[in-house]
Amino acid sequence: MSTDLRGLLSDTVTRLFTDLATKELIEAAEKGTWPDKLWRALEEGGLTLPLVSDAAGGAGGTWLDAHVVVRASGRYTAPVPLAETIIAGWLLSRAGLEVPFGPLTLAPVHRDERLTLTRSGGGVTVSGRATRVPWARDAGHIVTVAELDGRPTIALIARGVATVEEDRNLALEPRDTLEFRAAPTVAAAPADVPSDAIYLYGAMARAAQMAGALEACLVQSVRYATERKQFGRPIGSFQAIQQNLAVLAGHVAAAGMAAECAFRAADADDPRFEVAVAKVRAGEAAGIGAGIAHQTHGAIGFTYEHSLHFATRRLWSWRAEFGSESAWARELGRSVAARGADALWSDLTAR
Amino acid sequence: MPAVFRFALNDLPPEAESLRAEVREFLQKEFSAAPARRARSWGGFDREFSRRVGARGWIGMTWPKKYGGHERSFLERYVVMEEMLAAGAPVSAHWVADRQSGPLLLRFGTEAQRQRILPGVVRGELAFAIGMSEPDSGSDLASIRTRATRTDGGYLVNGTKVWTSNAHLSDYAISLFRTEVVPDKKHEGLTQFLVDLRNTKGIAIRPIIDLAGKHHFNEVNFTDAFVPDDARVGNEGDGWKQVTTELGFERSGPERYLSSISLIRELVREVSAHPDDRGAEAIGRMVASLATLRQMSTSVAGMLQAGETVNLEAAAVKDVGTTFEQSIPELAHALLDIEPTLNSGSDLQQVLGYITQTAPSFSLRGGTREILRGIIARGLGLR
Repeated sequence: MSTDLRGLLSDTVTRLFTDLATKELIEAAEKGTWPDKLWRALEEGGLTLPLVSDAAGGAGGTWLDAHVVVRASGRYTAPVPLAETIIAGWLLSRAGLEVPFGPLTLAPVHRDERLTLTRSGGGVTVSGRATRVPWARDAGHIVTVAELDGRPTIALIARGVATVEEDRNLALEPRDTLEFRAAPTVAAAPADVPSDAIYLYGAMARAAQMAGALEACLVQSVRYATERKQFGRPIGSFQAIQQNLAVLAGHVAAAGMAAECAFRAADADDPRFEVAVAKVRAGEAAGIGAGIAHQTHGAIGFTYEHSLHFATRRLWSWRAEFGSESAWARELGRSVAARGADALWSDLTAR
Repeated sequence: MPAVFRFALNDLPPEAESLRAEVREFLQKEFSAAPARRARSWGGFDREFSRRVGARGWIGMTWPKKYGGHERSFLERYVVMEEMLAAGAPVSAHWVADRQSGPLLLRFGTEAQRQRILPGVVRGELAFAIGMSEPDSGSDLASIRTRATRTDGGYLVNGTKVWTSNAHLSDYAISLFRTEVVPDKKHEGLTQFLVDLRNTKGIAIRPIIDLAGKHHFNEVNFTDAFVPDDARVGNEGDGWKQVTTELGFERSGPERYLSSISLIRELVREVSAHPDDRGAEAIGRMVASLATLRQMSTSVAGMLQAGETVNLEAAAVKDVGTTFEQSIPELAHALLDIEPTLNSGSDLQQVLGYITQTAPSFSLRGGTREILRGIIARGLGLR
């Protein structure tokens, strides 16, 4: 365990987001301005490549170290592809490929979409279409996982070779469609990762980001409930509000625990079970938690002027990205059913 | 940004995991029962079973050896508890003492009380009930009125306790009485006593039958019941502080999310036979919550082992956990066309019948949902 590194990452990321991920910056990003200053500070602070080795320019850390950063990016609703870059950097280093500077993204993000890698001349080309790719227009490179020569292969692709059709999610984060027509890759190499690694680790990241955004909902709601007065006293002194916020706190705790366990499992071996648990549990918490946060804030929280929506709009989109709760629950349920009722408890305690 | 809860990740140590295998082997040999009986789990009171658990060294596991304890870790005790509960073993005859009465005596009792009581608990021979609630005092525990009035060599007790589970089967009840009436200060003047339920004159125990027709609750009436000085636990007037500590012990275990585990298992069995999308999704959502709660509960155990205060986290696990437990019968109805039954039909039907009728108690016992959420709200700084 690299607890020292984790503490350092936590301090750095908290300071950096507090200073830079301001309301003005997030609003500007929603209007289409790439937050260059924030991104450069993240790169200079060593926060974009926690899993890449020291020698290759990263922090040489673990998934649990990365968790601190990914969770914080959700808590501060930072409008940058930090989670995507962290996963992309890890995939590249698993394949022994060099990690380029700048923001990276992952494609495809949907389980039923495939990009095709083909040997051509001395190199490898990529073809196909990938929808809802996070931050594609702002990313310097795209990382994909596809079969080549019958093995899962990681490919690094310059964004410039793709045609980009722009779209956004509910939080106005870029979610673009990419089209490749026998486009050259920068590099490609086989790696020992699951063929759906992007979907799997992407879901893990979104679970942690949701846990972070839920923390933001809780903190904002508690603060508002102690400041806002009605009937001559803070609304937080009413039992109805207290009970609702206690429920929110429970969901925040559950989502956080589930997400952290998934990152721990990723350090150990195959985190598929824990990722499914985390995506489902955090997704459920997102729906309930965002609802309670808005109910507590009343009409002001429903305005663009108030910042609550930075967290809640992200929660509404993130719960559906890299597989919805229902998709992950079905996969989890099928694996539990296949193992049978009598294996349930022993499987659970073996994790 | 302030952290509201601290749920630190906890990895169970290797000695706890090897102990798990021993407990499973023991349960396989010593406790075979149909699912409907397993569903009763910690409602089951079986002195013979408790003695066998004691013989294995699994009661008072963390207590000092000089009182018969085994000086093992909280995490080892945790593993024993979760295995017993997951199997639906009948633990009632020993675990109230193991969980709260024994730890209370260790913390606040006299040396003589510890010497007299704890070794018997450790052997699985002494069963405890909890003497807190009264007819007019439930969630507002500090409003209790049962009086302990000074007399030669002890106290005369008058009043009534209710919802006293297994008082008719138990040997002792740690009971909270009022030794002094302090006007407008209901938390003062309270004192805890180690009451001998079998050998005290003036105690009448009457059954209170639950909605399913079962007898585990009791009303315990005290009429000039003499309780000697050496049965007082702690100082006069320290009862409130002590009883809140005791409730902390009561709430911190793994039992607050496992009450429906037998129904969960039967539901998985049913869906496994014909796994369609709907069934798979329902099972997946259920297991996601179950796995998360287990990690939260394990985290609380780890923090206990580290000597940290866990009242807030324990309240959160219990609140989230009981909500989950109560959702399982709902899930069964949403998913399947089956009727809950008493003694007929399939295992699943019988387990559903039992859990359906027990579920309302999940968010009442050990502190109601509303009280726990009040504790959480206080932790959030709202009160």
